Amino acid sequence: MTRDNNTAGIHRLASRSLWLCALVLVLAASGARAQLQIEITGATEKRTPIAIAPLAGEAALGPTAISAIVRADLERSGLFRALELPPLNPTPTEASTVNYSEWRARLADALVVGSVSSRPDGRFEVRFRLHDTVKQAALGGIAYTMTKDQVRATAHRIADFVYEKLTGDKGVFSTRIAYVVKRGNRYELQIADADGEGAETALASFEPIISPAWSPDGRRVAYVSFENKKPVVYVHSLLDGKRAVAANFRGSNSAPAWAPDGKTLAVTLSREGGSQIFLLNPDGSNVRRITTSSAIDTEPRYSPDGKWIYFTSDRGGTPQIYRMPSTGGEPQRVTFEGGYNVSPRPSPDGKSLAYITRNSGKFQVALQDLANRQVQIITDSDRDESPSYAPNGRMILLATVIGGRGLLSAVSADGRFKQRLSAAAGGDVREPAWGPFIE
Amino acid sequence: MRACYIPIVTAFAVAALITGCGTTPEGDASQSGAPVTDATKPGAKPGAGAQTGPIAKIDVTKPGAVGEADPRLKTGALAQRSIYYDYDQFDVKDQYRGLVEAHAKYLRENPAAKVLIQGNTDERGSREYNVGLGQRRSDGVKKMLVLLGARDSQIESVSLGEEKPQADGHDESAWSRNRRSDILYSGEY
Repeated sequence: MTRDNNTAGIHRLASRSLWLCALVLVLAASGARAQLQIEITGATEKRTPIAIAPLAGEAALGPTAISAIVRADLERSGLFRALELPPLNPTPTEASTVNYSEWRARLADALVVGSVSSRPDGRFEVRFRLHDTVKQAALGGIAYTMTKDQVRATAHRIADFVYEKLTGDKGVFSTRIAYVVKRGNRYELQIADADGEGAETALASFEPIISPAWSPDGRRVAYVSFENKKPVVYVHSLLDGKRAVAANFRGSNSAPAWAPDGKTLAVTLSREGGSQIFLLNPDGSNVRRITTSSAIDTEPRYSPDGKWIYFTSDRGGTPQIYRMPSTGGEPQRVTFEGGYNVSPRPSPDGKSLAYITRNSGKFQVALQDLANRQVQIITDSDRDESPSYAPNGRMILLATVIGGRGLLSAVSADGRFKQRLSAAAGGDVREPAWGPFIE
Repeated sequence: MRACYIPIVTAFAVAALITGCGTTPEGDASQSGAPVTDATKPGAKPGAGAQTGPIAKIDVTKPGAVGEADPRLKTGALAQRSIYYDYDQFDVKDQYRGLVEAHAKYLRENPAAKVLIQGNTDERGSREYNVGLGQRRSDGVKKMLVLLGARDSQIESVSLGEEKPQADGHDESAWSRNRRSDILYSGEY
């Protein structure tokens, strides 16, 4: 565990270490299937205390308890602190009448109760209800019918419901992440749940893979593979494993970015000399150039409304971030502080821009408020790269190098809460991309 | 290597999407009367969801066949294939001029020969911006070869960015080995 990055009071430190113990136990209990290990390295100022009661009968689903996954999800958000509960007898369910003053006495602001029951068809029914113990009111609940192998997915759905009810933002626990693992000379593009569980390999290669980018519908990932001894952009359909070349022109083909409607890819091509930004259809047709400079223009990213393309260019002598209308037009410079600003990532609400800045020789994540142009550096590591917003804009996933090893790190958009995700079986993890919400 | 990948569709045991479990909020929040929203949808197919279906895997780790190169390319100046650069520099230094001239002469005399020039950078900074910097290096070598009489159609200049270092270290002695352009003849890649 590394040092806390916040100046914390003794009270908060004490409560946090309790919480960390709980979290380690939860993660240890969640099985050897995890491909990424998560470590918390900073805490938010105020975390909502929440009681998540074991779901009555959940042991029938196997060793991984739904309630434990919900608890781990909410704690990983940095916004909640799950309370340690005494044995509850009988276990309350969604049908129980809740004694709110009893839960207030346990210092819970919110309470999750529920039950699991078997159905005649061999499936299970999971029901839960969320209570606000301060307002003394039920906030709603859901019943799911599921099979035994849907425990994790169901738990993430419950956590998403609780998160949205209590914060007003959509939860991202049911989303997935893509990243590249390098072990020796082997590269794998992996897709995992947002908590690092259930990782699967979509592509394995002896040549590098970089820049994975999720299609807006979450069904496809565009990326750059070097398996032909040069960079080529592919669009890979995750469900059937079919992939198509999106850009394999003479020269280099790289930096794919999806338009919000999923109908256009922005890419960097060198086919006309230098590195310039082009638009094309995901099937490789309808190629048109949108930048015309003698500089390097690369790393295009659409604004969430699709009107702008942010990109990196060294047309002014140093790499800086610019933006231009996505239909083409005159670029405007966006970053002015520092001599190296790259990898622009507009926030999902379009109000901020995350990017990598070189700060006294260190590469760190900067956040610019696009309305007032104020810049804040939100990480303190040495070699950050490839930031990627969670679809609700609350966290930023990034690659970093610590102790010579590549790993993923997540930082809250206010910079206060941090976690690390490293490959459980060794190897370097890099090039993260957080997938979209599942509709 | 070219078209030598073998798609392997692996049956992964995976938690499939609980299709249609929309989180319909309840209107009445009074505790005893609030029903749990039933999101059960009969016929929900595992794997029908956008993101949580099984992932099909493609394995491209089988090496492709590499053809035989001209033995003359393995001797003398033609065996020299790497051009190294100073930090943030992209022009071919004078010490590599003879190397480039030898390859230009070979390309002139062998119009059927084709080369791939791979530009590389050190590990610092953005991977994609480094692809751009490596391209600037390989474009420079290509331009020089063409000025020396090779045909444009014989030369493809590409970039590997920081992805294929010659040296694995994290200091200037490694970085100076990694800022380079490599010349490969067809059959060698």
